[in-house]
Amino acid sequence: MPNKPLLEFTDRGIYCEKGGFYIDPWKPVDYAVITHAHADHAYVGHKHYLAHHLSKQVLLYRLGEINLQTVEYGEKINKNGVEVSLYPAGHVIGSAQIRLEYKGKIWVVSGDYKVEDDGISTPFEPVKCHHFISECTFAMPVYQWKPQVNTFDEMNNWWRNNLDNGLATVIVGYSLGKAQRILQNLDLSNGKVYTHGAIENVNEALRNNGVKLNPTERIVYDTSKEDIRKGIVLAPPSAVGSAWMRRFAPYGFGYCSGWMAIRGAKRRRAADRGFVLSDHADWNGLISAIDATGCECVYLTHGYTATFSRYLSEIGFNAKEVYTLYGNEEEENTSASDLLNENDNRVLSAEGNDLEGTE
Amino acid sequence: MRAFAQLFLSLDETNKTNEKVRVLKDYFNSVPDSDKMHMLALFTGRRPKRQINATLLRNWAIEASNIPVWLFEESYQVVGDLAETISLLMQQTSSGSNKTLTEWIAEINALADKNEEQKKLWLMESWGMLDQQECFVFNKIMTGGFRVGVSKNLVIKALADVTGLEAPVLTHRIMGSWMPETYHFKQLVEAKGSDDDVSRPYPFFLAYPIQETSEQQRSVEELQNTLGDPGNWQAEWKWDGIRAQMIKRDGKIFIWSRGEDLATEKFPELHPFLNALPDGTVLDGEILSFRDGIPLPFNVLQTRIGRKNLSKKILQDSPLAVIAYDCLEYNGEDIRPKMQSERRKLLEELHSETPFPEFFRLSPLINFNSWDELAAKRDESRAMIAEGIMLKRKSATYQVGRRRGDWWKWKIDPLSVDAVMIYAQKGHGRRADLYTDYTFAVWDGDKLVPFAKAYSGLTDQEINKVDYFIKRNTIEKFGPVRTVKPELVFEIGFEGINRSTRHKSGVALRFPRILRWRQDKPKEEADSLDTLKALLGE
Repeated sequence: MPNKPLLEFTDRGIYCEKGGFYIDPWKPVDYAVITHAHADHAYVGHKHYLAHHLSKQVLLYRLGEINLQTVEYGEKINKNGVEVSLYPAGHVIGSAQIRLEYKGKIWVVSGDYKVEDDGISTPFEPVKCHHFISECTFAMPVYQWKPQVNTFDEMNNWWRNNLDNGLATVIVGYSLGKAQRILQNLDLSNGKVYTHGAIENVNEALRNNGVKLNPTERIVYDTSKEDIRKGIVLAPPSAVGSAWMRRFAPYGFGYCSGWMAIRGAKRRRAADRGFVLSDHADWNGLISAIDATGCECVYLTHGYTATFSRYLSEIGFNAKEVYTLYGNEEEENTSASDLLNENDNRVLSAEGNDLEGTE
Repeated sequence: MRAFAQLFLSLDETNKTNEKVRVLKDYFNSVPDSDKMHMLALFTGRRPKRQINATLLRNWAIEASNIPVWLFEESYQVVGDLAETISLLMQQTSSGSNKTLTEWIAEINALADKNEEQKKLWLMESWGMLDQQECFVFNKIMTGGFRVGVSKNLVIKALADVTGLEAPVLTHRIMGSWMPETYHFKQLVEAKGSDDDVSRPYPFFLAYPIQETSEQQRSVEELQNTLGDPGNWQAEWKWDGIRAQMIKRDGKIFIWSRGEDLATEKFPELHPFLNALPDGTVLDGEILSFRDGIPLPFNVLQTRIGRKNLSKKILQDSPLAVIAYDCLEYNGEDIRPKMQSERRKLLEELHSETPFPEFFRLSPLINFNSWDELAAKRDESRAMIAEGIMLKRKSATYQVGRRRGDWWKWKIDPLSVDAVMIYAQKGHGRRADLYTDYTFAVWDGDKLVPFAKAYSGLTDQEINKVDYFIKRNTIEKFGPVRTVKPELVFEIGFEGINRSTRHKSGVALRFPRILRWRQDKPKEEADSLDTLKALLGE
């Protein structure tokens, strides 16, 4: 009888029976290794958590009092003979690929990742392995990102234009990852950055974690509308169309997401500006990352899994589709329709208003 | 091309009317006159002739993007637009093209004399010269699928602001069969227009629906409140044919459809009566099929609209006539500013003189003294082969475009059945990558028979829910079509129903659409084929 593989895909999450732990499980388990603090990867209810140092404060803020151990990238933990270590995934601050080694066989669970250095998350690091589990949120050749510097140039110009036209500027992006990436790339000579509470809470958590972020001001009830008009507002997707957002009118509203690459998705969002900015790898990024692992088998989860596995097989990879609940299975959440559904795996944050998705 | 691509993008990026007008004005103020005319041509549906067919374009795009055919097809499914798919798949290194729109269109037109190899070379080079947005717009022009998220009215408004001319004047001047190569911006904006084009039609006056949706019926009291004294109104049947404007000038005749297509040759039966009209006459009316003096349902007419060659049999099976209801030009004079009642008198005069009353018919006026009486008449519409009633204020001038106030349409309620969704397909444009196109079935014994496809009628929220259901309840995939577990029931509305040998169900519907999602109904309670056939009224 052949040996049981080191990792199995179960209805609770990715399971390592040998080591006695799960990776990003979506149902309560004893021991969870967490790739990153997004809601569809870090669920509440596990007995023990293991994550990267930089995820600590955000996890505590989002999940409350949990039993959490944090480690540095490259630090080795022994779980029942299985060596567990974390490597940068470049997705958001503190995001990690999970590397497992047992009897000379190496498995890597990528979690979500991107290969471009966003200047704030520790850049993605390829890890040699035998088995690689990759996301494929944007695994279609129509998704090809431009360098982020182009996008931020456009964004800063647009902001300046709004200032000239007496419009407030609202930029929408997820509160963990996208918001800080934008914050660090705004041209602050234009004005001040104001934040929605959901974003500011994450900023605070990150600052408590020692992350240096540009200065921001939380928008409170009596924040002056005139001051806001001279600056820029960072808001989470849940704020779109809310009374909270309407009070800044007249404003220009920009939406930051990889889905903005497609005109139909952009029009559904009815944003004034769609900025193609994603924390996931694009088509070429995914292929180069998978290739760099030198893996003998790649398992594909959440995204265009069927298409991508067929393509990878045709160009000589041993690719398999696997089912997980991250960003969910094919098309449910990882297609452009995601923009409307947001995500099934949403959590209500302490703010009570922060519907968080994977992107 | 950069300015034109930017225009397209900017229009896409705002829903605000004022902003759109501002963007259009900026464009008019920044490009050469010849580009303005090319832009106007494209924005009013006057596309350059298609020089490379869709199959070749697709094949060459696949070659250039270096991916397998199946992956190209799947990419297209995700994007929902061929021009955009190609633009996204090209490896863009260019920072944009400096050629003007006029230069690009001239190059496209010059392809007519090139062989396939030369066309391919040109296309590949062109793709390499354009950035993504330009490439998208360029492909839109190449594929002939050029549509833009801005109404002609807004373009006219911007143009009026820029030129200082009145919007109705400009609307009229960009009607007809002009070419951007020969119609110059200077001519378009001359203070006094040159009437050099005898074929030029007038802009159509369009009626507003008096009730926004079929669910919201207007009571007689509401009509009284909105419209006032019935004596100020003229009522006619709302005919279900092809709206057309018929012109006789300088001994020549022209028939224009509502979509501004010159369709003179499609309706040879009408030529004798048009030729017999005095010069300087323009009529507005509805073209319908008739038999023994009685109008036939629209589907009879439909069978001949698409035909290139009109065989004797077709001409015999669906002979046409016009039901005229307005006169826009009389004795060479534009009489649109005259009152409805005066125009009607002139129309009746022309009608009384025609030697061809079989082909030039007059839309009869409906006699009524109260809104109650008219409401009762409206219930007879179906028997009249009409879609409802038209109300025109007797003092109304003939206006430009869809206007509230003087012309109202009061349609009859659609027929409807409850049906089960059985197939689904992804939509396009705004609905790309969402399952929005459905096929519906009714019961025939214990089997479900498909009878209609419908796209519209659900809210965005409902679409998301249905999309979610489809993705979890797919039985089989056939290319882009999914067979869905029969479970969801919808009320399907339609304007008419006719027997059809081309459909499995044996019936063909006119304007099928989703009226509402019947979440309260299990699939067993959907209607049957017998219910549908009973509506045939045979």
